[in-house]
Amino acid sequence: MKLSKKWLNDYVPCDKENRDFFEALTMSGSKVESWEVEGEEISNVVIGKILKIEKHPDADKLVVCQLDVAKDAPIQIVTGADNVFEGAIVPVALDNSTLPGGVKIKKGKLRGVESCGMLCSLKELGLTVNDFPYAIENGIFIIEEECEIGQDVRSALGLNDTVYDFEITSNRPDCLSVLGLAREVAATYKLPLNIKTPEVKGCGGDVNEMLSVTVENAELCPRYTAKIVKNVKIEPSPRWMRERLRAHGVRPINNLVDITNFVMLEYGQPMHAFDLRYINDGKIVVRNAVKGETITTLDGIERPLSPEMLVIADSKAPVAVAGVMGGEYSGIMDDTNTVVFESAVFLGSSVRKTAKKLGMRTEASGRFEKDLDRQNTLPALMRACELVEMLGAGEVVDGIIDVDNSNKEPVTIKLDCKFINEFLGISLSCDEVIAYLERAGFKVSDGVVTVPSYRTDVYHKADLAEEVARFYGYNNIPSTTIRGTAKGSLTDRQKFDGLVNETMRACGLTEILTYSFISPKNLDKLCIPQGDERRNPVVISNPLGEDTSIMRTSTLSSMLEILSKNYNNRNLSANLYEVAAEYKNQGADVLPIERDILTLGMYGTETDFYSIKGVIETLLQKLNVKDVSFTAISDDATFHPGRCAAVYSGDTKLGVLGEIHPTVLKNYEIGTKAYCATISMDTLFECQNTDILYKPLPKFPAVSRDLALVCDEGLPAGEIEKTIYEAARKLIESITLFDIYRSEALGKDKKSLAFNISLRSSERTLTTEEADNAIKKILKALENIGVTLR
Amino acid sequence: MKEQLIAIKSQAEAEISAASDSAQLEALRVRFLGKKGELTAILKQMGSLSPEERPIVGQLANEVRSALEEILTKKSEELKTAAMAEKLKEEAIDVTLPGKKQELGHKHPLTLVLDDIKQMFLGMGFDIVRGPEVETDYYNFEALNIPKGHPARDTQDTFYITENILLRTQTSPVQIRTMEKMKPPIRIISPGRVYRSDAVDATHSPVFHQIEGLVVDKGVTMADLKGTLELFAKKLYGEDSKVRFRPHHFPFTEPSAEVDVMCFNCQGKGCSLCKGEGWIEILGAGMVHPKVLSICGIDPEEYSGFAFGMGLERLVMRRYQIDDMRLFFDNDIKFLNQF
Repeated sequence: MKLSKKWLNDYVPCDKENRDFFEALTMSGSKVESWEVEGEEISNVVIGKILKIEKHPDADKLVVCQLDVAKDAPIQIVTGADNVFEGAIVPVALDNSTLPGGVKIKKGKLRGVESCGMLCSLKELGLTVNDFPYAIENGIFIIEEECEIGQDVRSALGLNDTVYDFEITSNRPDCLSVLGLAREVAATYKLPLNIKTPEVKGCGGDVNEMLSVTVENAELCPRYTAKIVKNVKIEPSPRWMRERLRAHGVRPINNLVDITNFVMLEYGQPMHAFDLRYINDGKIVVRNAVKGETITTLDGIERPLSPEMLVIADSKAPVAVAGVMGGEYSGIMDDTNTVVFESAVFLGSSVRKTAKKLGMRTEASGRFEKDLDRQNTLPALMRACELVEMLGAGEVVDGIIDVDNSNKEPVTIKLDCKFINEFLGISLSCDEVIAYLERAGFKVSDGVVTVPSYRTDVYHKADLAEEVARFYGYNNIPSTTIRGTAKGSLTDRQKFDGLVNETMRACGLTEILTYSFISPKNLDKLCIPQGDERRNPVVISNPLGEDTSIMRTSTLSSMLEILSKNYNNRNLSANLYEVAAEYKNQGADVLPIERDILTLGMYGTETDFYSIKGVIETLLQKLNVKDVSFTAISDDATFHPGRCAAVYSGDTKLGVLGEIHPTVLKNYEIGTKAYCATISMDTLFECQNTDILYKPLPKFPAVSRDLALVCDEGLPAGEIEKTIYEAARKLIESITLFDIYRSEALGKDKKSLAFNISLRSSERTLTTEEADNAIKKILKALENIGVTLR
Repeated sequence: MKEQLIAIKSQAEAEISAASDSAQLEALRVRFLGKKGELTAILKQMGSLSPEERPIVGQLANEVRSALEEILTKKSEELKTAAMAEKLKEEAIDVTLPGKKQELGHKHPLTLVLDDIKQMFLGMGFDIVRGPEVETDYYNFEALNIPKGHPARDTQDTFYITENILLRTQTSPVQIRTMEKMKPPIRIISPGRVYRSDAVDATHSPVFHQIEGLVVDKGVTMADLKGTLELFAKKLYGEDSKVRFRPHHFPFTEPSAEVDVMCFNCQGKGCSLCKGEGWIEILGAGMVHPKVLSICGIDPEEYSGFAFGMGLERLVMRRYQIDDMRLFFDNDIKFLNQF
């Protein structure tokens, strides 16, 4: 919301420095975002009179002017404009002058003829034809204002206002007006507020004889007021009105349209003007649209209406969409004679819905949807009529149409000074509290606070506390610490999450964060089979784009996309992880299940399946997960069928790891082998063992034996290890595979695996015989699965 | 014999000190002090001496032996030291060659700062809670005093799944869920992902992170809110940082405030970083609206509370002077490895 200082000064005598004003209003709750001093960039530009115009000796398109700028002697300026004439009053940028946009004007020569400055167009002064309707756009601005030769152009043209830009929060639609902000300024600085009741002389007649208004839906239109102006004279508004509209960023059009805009800015009440000619039978009906009805709005577009929308109709058809936009045919035209001014209030949520559905948010709808003051329609209407008379724009017919279904009873709140003090943590006397409330515009009597009608946001004692706090000063409230004791601590799950993250980084993996929504194309890219539950994602109904339209059912797509980005950014290797949710659809209108997944992704010349497996083994070891096993799986289409494993703790599946399938790599444009793993954080949490019990250090020495074994290529080492363990479970302390060897001598499809086996008893030193027996048992068991000693 | 002993001693001394390695030294030890050595040979002749001379020569012989043993030991040490020095010299390496590093992974910068913030609030007695990202309209809006048709809904462009299910636009629904479940005293923060339908650019992302806090107890005041957040701001931005509370509006708090920290770049004078304002907004806060407490089944006549919330991304961008939010989600390791 913009605010002209000149306009503000009509109501409050405030002459504070801009910086002071900025700080004070911001701290009392009306945040000033910025301010602009009009004409700030213009310097050394004065009013001049053209005395003489001569042809330029060397240029057909240039002329040489002699100008009176109230200096000792006339000055000479060369111009290319063709609308200048002797006697014209023009803006003259003198030598060493500045113009908007950082333009600097200096004395110089044009085709050899000296020019001591420049004659300015509207544009060069930062103006448009809307500001001075009599001027032309392309040419020198021929000034028709009352001014003096030599006068600074800023004062001559009224370019000396300051405009503040406020950020107004959605609870304060009353502050979207000059009056509302004037009230805030007066309260902030304790200045007198000088609001006059509009006075309308009238020209006789009776509006009720010319127009009837019926409100069929009082809920959506709590109040409708109207007056009529006849014998209107459409012409440009006076300069002061144009200046204020311009300061507020509104384009002046003609006196009647300008009056409606002016009142909207001043009172915060959107107005609408109809041409009475186009109101069939002089009847206005405020009703819901009928199915199939359409309206062509002011912008020339025909729009379909639906029954929940409120329209302003005449006896035949809608002439406006209530609170949103007028119809094309009922607006003000050059030959309009009689005008109906509408000043009404429509229900905010209904206007919001209608505007959204029609796809047209207007200045008016933006205001109405915040629910406006129902007692403000009449003062605004009277102000519009007062301005009509002031401008001589027409004759105001006597009488008022006022269909009032609003609750006139003001909101009252019991004054509770104790609550206010305790809520804010301050200690004011009751008189002080009352003084702050009165300063904020509230009336207090007999322990009851009456809320002014424009404060639609105040209905609770906490709201009153805020009003007191605003003017007492938020920063004058002391700073205290919370009473009572509390101990903040991490839950077991949070500690576990931390440990997983820590371990990943200790293993050299870097954390990534990715979007939770993905493109459905990823389901194909991951080669997820049809019918898989991951093919049934939660779908966003209004996504930004196809790219981000489903909630991911697999975190792998995000990981692969990031691996791809890194690969294509020429990073030679990447070791990444993410802990983030997958979203499992539970059907419409049920929240999906969000499960955290630990996702690993790695690529690089040194990286292979065992790199990622090693990371997982380290993690499981750190979490003391028992009974870990890895089983080859070949039915996960995302992974290489021969290089993929499921990892278990006992019978519980923790996750999957493996080399990404070449097809999937291609789909993600990754030109190297990549390895990924997904582990369910919930399951992992269940399988960790945090209870550590000390085991006494071994008292007796271990016996260490190395076995070089030969077996078929296809036999997994894990099976051999398992067999060894089971054959001598009681004595085995550890089994370590330390070499894998293949050679022609061994034979095709054979391999040799070398294990170190450590045997130990907690009761005694093992004898050689005992150890030998154990090894014998092991070898026997191995024989049964086709493994022999080399 | 005496003369012989003295001659042996001086000869041995000369030869030992001239020895250049331990083998030579060992040979000299054998030659002079060994079983068949020169000194032993002389001692073997002791029998031919008179009883008076024997103890005198015997003593002298012992003196010579121990003197020779001593210098042998000394020389041996000397030679060992020299040999060690020689060996160490040969073993010299280029210490400027790179070390054998253990490559550690990196925290994402958002996590780095978030973890800091969590620690600060844990220290102030707050617990950490989380809630679902796919939420109901009720928890995300209605229970927070933002009914359907409320203009505040427009400031949070929302992704909808169905009419009643959406991607949460704020972490505030966690506050409602917490108040429904827990009895006061409540002291929690709830960090997490939130979603708004903003197109991606240098300062916007449809997915970002918020951290919200909630305190509910008997007699919680706005002064407590100020004290708590000032402490937090000082922990985050340093002891000397200046903080101000500015009136604002949120539907679920009353009074509401925005909290600014004085621009560290210009000390409040106004610069391009703070867009000329001299202050940088860091969080929103306020006293929990009594209506919201009631909705959650907490009696507002008995309890009061405050809540606050902040965006993580902008905070992290300022801390590390990151100028483009997209970097967070691009996850290029050249970026991530800097943290």
